Amino acid sequence: MEGQIHRRNISGCGLAGMMSEDGRLMGGEAIIRSMEVLHDRSNGLGGGFAAYGIYPHKADYYALHIMYDDVKAKEETDVLLDERFEIDSEEIIPTKKSEAIPKGPLLWRYFVKPKVDFEDCGLCEEDYVIEAVMTVNSMVSGAFIFSSGKNMGAFKAVGYPEDVGKFYRLDEYEGYTWIGHGRFPTNTPGWWGGAHPFTILDWAIVHNGEISSYGINKRYLEMFGYKCTMLTDTEVVAYMFDLMLRRHNLPLEVACKALAAPFWTDIDRMKAKGNAKGDIYEALRMVYGGALLNGPFAIILGHTNGMVGLSDRVKLRPLTAARKDDMLYIASEEAAIREISPELDIVWNPKAGEPVVGELKNPVKKGSNKARELEETVA
Amino acid sequence: MITIDAKGLPYRELNEKVREAVAGGETEIKLANVNGQRYIADAIDSPVQITIEGVPGNDLGAFMNGPTVIVHANGQDHIANTMNEGKIVVHGDAGDVLGYGMRGGKLFIKGDVGYRVGIHMKEYKDKVPVIVIGGTARDFFGEYMAGGTLILLGLDTGNNDSDQIAGNYFATGMHGGVIYVRGKLEDYQLGKEVAVLEVDDSDRQTIEKYVTEFAGDLGLDADDILKDEFIKIKAVSHRPYGNLYAY
Repeated sequence: MEGQIHRRNISGCGLAGMMSEDGRLMGGEAIIRSMEVLHDRSNGLGGGFAAYGIYPHKADYYALHIMYDDVKAKEETDVLLDERFEIDSEEIIPTKKSEAIPKGPLLWRYFVKPKVDFEDCGLCEEDYVIEAVMTVNSMVSGAFIFSSGKNMGAFKAVGYPEDVGKFYRLDEYEGYTWIGHGRFPTNTPGWWGGAHPFTILDWAIVHNGEISSYGINKRYLEMFGYKCTMLTDTEVVAYMFDLMLRRHNLPLEVACKALAAPFWTDIDRMKAKGNAKGDIYEALRMVYGGALLNGPFAIILGHTNGMVGLSDRVKLRPLTAARKDDMLYIASEEAAIREISPELDIVWNPKAGEPVVGELKNPVKKGSNKARELEETVA
Repeated sequence: MITIDAKGLPYRELNEKVREAVAGGETEIKLANVNGQRYIADAIDSPVQITIEGVPGNDLGAFMNGPTVIVHANGQDHIANTMNEGKIVVHGDAGDVLGYGMRGGKLFIKGDVGYRVGIHMKEYKDKVPVIVIGGTARDFFGEYMAGGTLILLGLDTGNNDSDQIAGNYFATGMHGGVIYVRGKLEDYQLGKEVAVLEVDDSDRQTIEKYVTEFAGDLGLDADDILKDEFIKIKAVSHRPYGNLYAY
């Protein structure tokens, strides 16, 4: 019993993100080193990364990363994918097994385009892809699509983050944004699909904390057709950003204020002073009450055109940010940033509930291929 | 003086080396290339001077009982956790939950600090912990404070770009000790358990004493800092929740 007490593991998840706003491509070796500094924040039960800009030769295809428990799960999934997508290519995701990560599920990567004419099916292209992801993840036993964006990918496993990075050979990829996570699971199982990041389309979330409002958030998302299948609170954050930013077209700062809403006392004070923001926040809290994230969190959101750091409104989890030339860094600890960029222009501790925003100087045009083609024709 | 190169050392190995040096009678230890190693100087029980180059990890100086620690960089979270005696000087900003349950000694931060600084500090007889913050602080400054002295100067010495000297929920649950602020606070920022008072001569002496020492350690001009008005924040009751469960 005494031994048990002394073996207590003092931890908390670790996060790091780095982004070149110029869109410069950088190898995955730096984010691995950054996460290695945060080793003691995780306990080996989950590590993962997301990288943007890694598949430029297939940038028009959705890159599906899928983990399979067995060949049967792959066969069932292939049928569902064949019905829905033109499969340009499929391959085993290259990995390097080590003592730290000696085995894992079957890991496959597909580059696909939707098969249908969207004028007929009543869905837009992204919703169609999400529907396909949700169908596989909820219908096929032992199959999980854990990455479904264009020109980006998530890589995750049970293990320490630096071992996971080496397992997936991330030094062989080049991206302009990298986010990483080391997990210390508290409430939910440590399994491969439960490692961070959680993704849908190009949204990827890494999270330190716990979403106490998970039940409310999950039911809210289900009304919009999202299915929560990963057994972990964090996945609701990825779907919430997809709902608010892509489907409802809210500005990023507004979406962040729905997740980490100002307190009613602060809203009342703004309104008493005649500050119009008070009315906006009141409306936002009323309309998006189901999106409010309660409980401690620090998150980094990655997406095609940027990176965002956000903590809960009373700052129950750490988050530090820094800039150097075209780089934005966000991490649980300054040391993780200094490891890969010893000299910084500025380093600061962001205010609770206020997003730290990185944006590509030349954003990538999103939307469906069809919509983009139309736009180009008109232009 | 001994120099220990911390580059790439896991925190356990680094802290073992520091302990060995202290046990061997070293009075000055320099730690070079520190980056994120936790628990530095924790529970060390002798008046050694430890100089740190690089960013030390969380829980710097926890349970520390005598050393002087000087950090030539920013600090992270949980500095001076339950510290008993000694002094920590940080030539930069620092993070959240500094001086948690601190019961003696001094913590000087040149720049800005985060949330919950001085939470549940306490004092007993001659053990009176002191925290001086050069820059600004975020929410919950002095939360549940039971004793000791907190001084917040609001100088432009940090990087948090805050438009207020302190955040909200200032001294919520405070029931002992004293806080001095060089500047003003709005009523809505204050916890329900405290009142703002004018400083008297004895307060001024206390402020002068600690600000002079702080400015001397960090190369600032004490006279310039002391020219401005200070306010005092104290608890209105030493048992604010005494009647909470009495029906």
